[in-house]
Amino acid sequence: MEPLIFELSSPGRQGVRLPESDVPCYELPSALLRERLPLPEVSQVDVTRHFTRLSQLNFAIDTTLYPLGSCTMKYNPRVNEDAARLPGFALLHPLTDADAAQGALCLMYELQTYLAEIAGFKGVSLQPAAGAQGEFTGILMMRAYHADRGDHKRTKMLIPDSAHGTNPASSAMAGLHVVEIPSDPRGNVDLAALKAQLDDTVCGLMITNPNTLGMFEEHIEEVCALVHAAGGLVYGDGANMNALLGIAKPGEIGFDVIHYNLHKTFSTPHGGGGPGSGPVAANEKLVDFLPGPIVRAVQEGEDEWRYEWHMPPKSIGRMRAFHGNFGVLVRAFTYIRVHGEAGLRAVSQHAVLNANYVQARLRDVYPFPHGERFCMHETCAQGKIAGAPSVVALDISKRLMDYGFHPPTNYFPLPKVVPEALLIEPTETESKQTLDRFCDAMLQIAEEARQNPQLLKDAPHTAPMKRLDEVKAAKELVLCCVIADD
Amino acid sequence: MASKIDPSARYLKTHEWARIEGDEIVCGISDHAQSAMNDLVYVELPRVGATYKAGEAFGVVESVKAASDVYMPVSGTITAVNTQLESKPEIINQDPYQGGWMIRIKPDDMAEFNNLLDADAYAQLLNETEDTED
Repeated sequence: MEPLIFELSSPGRQGVRLPESDVPCYELPSALLRERLPLPEVSQVDVTRHFTRLSQLNFAIDTTLYPLGSCTMKYNPRVNEDAARLPGFALLHPLTDADAAQGALCLMYELQTYLAEIAGFKGVSLQPAAGAQGEFTGILMMRAYHADRGDHKRTKMLIPDSAHGTNPASSAMAGLHVVEIPSDPRGNVDLAALKAQLDDTVCGLMITNPNTLGMFEEHIEEVCALVHAAGGLVYGDGANMNALLGIAKPGEIGFDVIHYNLHKTFSTPHGGGGPGSGPVAANEKLVDFLPGPIVRAVQEGEDEWRYEWHMPPKSIGRMRAFHGNFGVLVRAFTYIRVHGEAGLRAVSQHAVLNANYVQARLRDVYPFPHGERFCMHETCAQGKIAGAPSVVALDISKRLMDYGFHPPTNYFPLPKVVPEALLIEPTETESKQTLDRFCDAMLQIAEEARQNPQLLKDAPHTAPMKRLDEVKAAKELVLCCVIADD
Repeated sequence: MASKIDPSARYLKTHEWARIEGDEIVCGISDHAQSAMNDLVYVELPRVGATYKAGEAFGVVESVKAASDVYMPVSGTITAVNTQLESKPEIINQDPYQGGWMIRIKPDDMAEFNNLLDADAYAQLLNETEDTED
């Protein structure tokens, strides 16, 4: 196993030699001095090798299929990186006057426009730093909308049981009372249960479509209409937008506000490679409440536009310092421009096709609770294998690592919705050959489970760390490594 | 795998059990629930003296797989909570019906207890769910 960088340290070793000082020395006040500064002392080559080795221990989208359901771990095209590194973008100071940053404002304005068009909304704010902050933003806007109308009794947020865990968390953080709505046997929101909760205390409904079972909500227009009839608003969790580009617009379906995950749908780096970006799009009802400032275009001549900062009239205020994660915005803008309208539609078509291909190849061996339906961009299997009663989803996930694949999302949707869930999202960027290698591995694992379940129980066999003690990790939350004094 | 059912308890569809002890009701989660959750790592209990309506969430159980609300079997006031669970949530996994009790309730109306599923009805519910799970 790779040692910690502190364990590679040797007293006096240096990575960089500083030049002799050519300015007078100044004694620091003693109050600012400390006795010891426990930093690793290592050479440049030690540092380079250490972090390169660590990166090679990782499963990453650049090395393998990463079918992590609801996370859209798609390939990050390198042209995005070229654009984000253009000095005019990369070196621009965030406090530069709008007049001197017209190119950056133009990019933000056009990205706002594209994102509004793609989801069928009136306005967009690019501020939120990632998906969960986007959710929180949308909820604050819904709350502000009701307050603006003097309707103060709307404190209840309805959330389907298949929702991402961030939905109830964002609602609770905004001081709302969360009520869970169960799924029906076809994987849709249970309409009767929804109707039972609709009264004049409903702030709104938070819903993901396609939902986290990979199913398009069959009654989504009726669901939106019911919530509206009760005076509530409909929030769309945009985590699964990768299924809808150029095909369906949430704004036309009846949603009032959604967030995007640029780091999912629009191919910007994700996870450890972040940061993310969670722009919020809103319709006529909510557009005035968007966080700001956002960019507005002012026509100054026939083909001449000037871009300026603008605070929406009833804005909930700022959600983030400066202007969101700008470098991520440049990458998402690039992705949209590279693909164009037809290209984005093809992205979603291929994402849906790939997920259905995996579902079709696996469904005779693994249970799919909704396998009788076409799935959207992801499909939910169960980690249960006939003839191998002791094997669970976690065992299958760990064994996949031995075959060189990142495991799918497991145990989400929650066990009460789908026991032993394996949520598989291959994304559009994978070829049939790669999908076949993955499906072959899944089928081989099912065979191993019947012949030799212990092989799965002991997996992963090839990873640097074997089965981790997740219970201990959750209960003894020790995040610091204490280095003993010499 | 068949889950254990305490024949002396009554049940909620959401897999809580409740038993009458004197003029109070004791409540926890069923063997099926603990087994579906897997190893519990955290239990959130209500404040003694808090009041809840039947069906309202009074606490949370969390495992490495999932977090789940736990619901009140009847309306009433919390008279005691099993503080041992705060440091040893695994007691619920080991002994869901006895040592793993979560709360004691002084019910507003003891008659509400009769609305709960009896052991046979709960066994039937489990048969149905465990069938669809296979």
